[in-house]
Amino acid sequence: MAKKLMKGCEAIAEAAIQAGCRFFFGYPITPQNDIPEYMSARMPKVGGCFLQAESEVAAINMVYGAAAAGARVMTSSSSPGISLKQEGMSYIAGAELPCVVCNMVRGGPGLGSIQPSQGDYFQATRGGGHGDYHPIVLAPASVQEAVDLMQSAFDLADIYRTPVMLLADGIIGQMMEPVEFPENPVRRELPAKPWATTGWAPGSDRPRAVVNSLYIEVDELQEMNDRLQARYKEIKEKEVLVEKYNTDGAELIICAYGTVARICKSAIKLCAAQGVKVGLVRPITVWPFPEKELAEVMAQDSVKRELTVEISAGQMHEDVRLVINGAKPVDFYGRPGSYVPTAEEIFEYIMKTREA
Amino acid sequence: MAVVFRKTPVLTDTVMHYCPGCGHGIVHRLVAEVIEELNIQDRTIGFVPVGCAVFGYKYFNIDCVEAAHGRAPAAATGCKRVNPNNVVFTYQGDGDLASIGAAEIVHAAHRGEKITTIFINNAIYGMTGGQMAPTTLVGQKTTTSPYGRDADHCGKPLRVAEMIATIEGAAYVERVSVDSTPNIIKAKAAIKKAFQCQLDGKGFSLVEVLSSCPTNWGKSPAEAMDWIKSDMIPYYPLGVKKEV
Amino acid sequence: MLWTNIFAGFGGQGVLLIGQLLAYAGMYEGKNVSWLPSYGPEMRGGTASCSVVVSDEPVASPCVNMADCVIVMNRPSLDKFEKNVLPGGKLFINSSIIDKKAARTDIDVYYVPCNEIADKLNNPKVANMAMLGAYLEATHAAETKSVLDALLYKLGERKAHLIPLNEQAITMGAESVRK
Repeated sequence: MAKKLMKGCEAIAEAAIQAGCRFFFGYPITPQNDIPEYMSARMPKVGGCFLQAESEVAAINMVYGAAAAGARVMTSSSSPGISLKQEGMSYIAGAELPCVVCNMVRGGPGLGSIQPSQGDYFQATRGGGHGDYHPIVLAPASVQEAVDLMQSAFDLADIYRTPVMLLADGIIGQMMEPVEFPENPVRRELPAKPWATTGWAPGSDRPRAVVNSLYIEVDELQEMNDRLQARYKEIKEKEVLVEKYNTDGAELIICAYGTVARICKSAIKLCAAQGVKVGLVRPITVWPFPEKELAEVMAQDSVKRELTVEISAGQMHEDVRLVINGAKPVDFYGRPGSYVPTAEEIFEYIMKTREA
Repeated sequence: MAVVFRKTPVLTDTVMHYCPGCGHGIVHRLVAEVIEELNIQDRTIGFVPVGCAVFGYKYFNIDCVEAAHGRAPAAATGCKRVNPNNVVFTYQGDGDLASIGAAEIVHAAHRGEKITTIFINNAIYGMTGGQMAPTTLVGQKTTTSPYGRDADHCGKPLRVAEMIATIEGAAYVERVSVDSTPNIIKAKAAIKKAFQCQLDGKGFSLVEVLSSCPTNWGKSPAEAMDWIKSDMIPYYPLGVKKEV
Repeated sequence: MLWTNIFAGFGGQGVLLIGQLLAYAGMYEGKNVSWLPSYGPEMRGGTASCSVVVSDEPVASPCVNMADCVIVMNRPSLDKFEKNVLPGGKLFINSSIIDKKAARTDIDVYYVPCNEIADKLNNPKVANMAMLGAYLEATHAAETKSVLDALLYKLGERKAHLIPLNEQAITMGAESVRK
């Protein structure tokens, strides 16, 4: 199949449809409007349903109902809207339902800006809503990777009965890059959904379905949480995705995700031109975080220190520090809000702190 | 020996947690009997609320979804859009529907969502311990209006059925009461019409049921039924508000 | 080969379009490309710009700060982006409406009378294509044919009759900078 030059948002929407998503519930917010717009045009043509909800709160609850009915369903939004969806995400996690949520992150807090940001790392990876849960969080660095990750997001959601978030900065959504949609995508074996509320009467070939996150008895709630935690452990063991770039023999390891990681690659090339060897560890799943992989890279003798680069006040940097745990010096470069660092300034910062 | 009464199989055998004299048990039975009579048990999905009916999924012998507070109409929308042949209803109290879920119910009606809502108006928050609801009558004492609801301070009660009836997408809206046997019979007829409205694909349907909460009203079950008649019905007139 | 570019101008001057056409053309020629618009309030009537990368290697950063080429269609864009040309890089100035000369001496500067070319063709809308022609002539970052293929894709068959006009604008833009 020939490559197409596509805007990230539209490519993500198309990838979802090709992954079998037939239900989309959304609400307008910049910079992700191209996703609902694309869905509103495409869904009717593939026998699906696009519905513009009255709010982000309603949209995520429509997702909850559709997921309960067994559908492949998604919603998308941007940071302030994701804050509103967190209640529903918690219910979806608690009721053990699969769904996909796309977050085109913009600057915050509050109304913030509509420019790219990575200030939602906490609200994405920590669960964001109430209770002990994590969505699986996928962080693409290119439009093609966003397409590929969207395809697997729905499978992961079904396999682990969990919400999956595509965490993309505004750059991924607005940028055009060539993309290729796999003609015969690799599909994982998917479990049946006997729990889906599709209609039941005595004598049906499955038990009565109740989709619920209420466990009023302490023991029953414990049982549900144990089930979730066991699943998270399995996800951490099996589903970590990470890119290592130029890490062998590097003296400095940069840890960055999303578009920022690509800016760091440009900075790494500038360093290489000066004979300074810098590597990059780019988490593709930010939850589960690639703990083992980062620790291994950092354990090399050549590596003297680490530098996290983010468009935030250092949110992922907390995970990095937990992994490195004082074994080697760590540093942070970035600013909260929407300030996208340039390759040149990252390069200069590396050279300056190297001499220091 | 002739069977003169049997419990509908659309209710489970689980003993309900409702207080003596509470209207929920009556309305549960009416809804379940309607589902049985319309022969739609195997394709009906119930969306139960947060509030006293939070355990509705234990009692309705059908597939059920427990929704977040106020969000049942949105969640039911998702389900209905996935499987339009399902009969989907929400069962919501006045805190859930008229307060925190006001946007969701208005927009389900606005879209003409082909679902049915059973709205229990007992003028109080029950599950959380008797706080003031948007439907609490002026002067009524609750745990958050201990001197009686003051209209100047927090407005006058919301008439949900009349409000929903103004929305184009609403196809059938009626207010009923369970304070007396004749009214209970009328309530069942209204609930049946509401489900039939959905089966006929006409649009959104809602039945507001004036119901009792003796525990939080501080009344005996009999006094509570009398209070519906003496105080609630005059402010919340019964009858069909809209039918297309 | 690696070309990092910034295209900038007033909203409506078609700078996002010519940036996109370059990205398409690069893709048609098997290159790695990215096109990143500035977005937000500045889109509404103010200055629009986009970063375009065309490269043999996978594109590292799609956000271009220091560019091999900066293309400016109006005065505010020149004021804003002149400093973003890499030493030894190229700056393309729409000399029809920008009366100022470039201050930098460490770069190649091309003055392209975009609007005059468009006027000669009786269509003010093709000023941007004249600029793209000049850019292609000076850089050979992509073939004109690939650009025209991309334009046909964007216009659709219904507007295919506009291709010769646009091709003429590209040709005249190229001639304006031919040494």
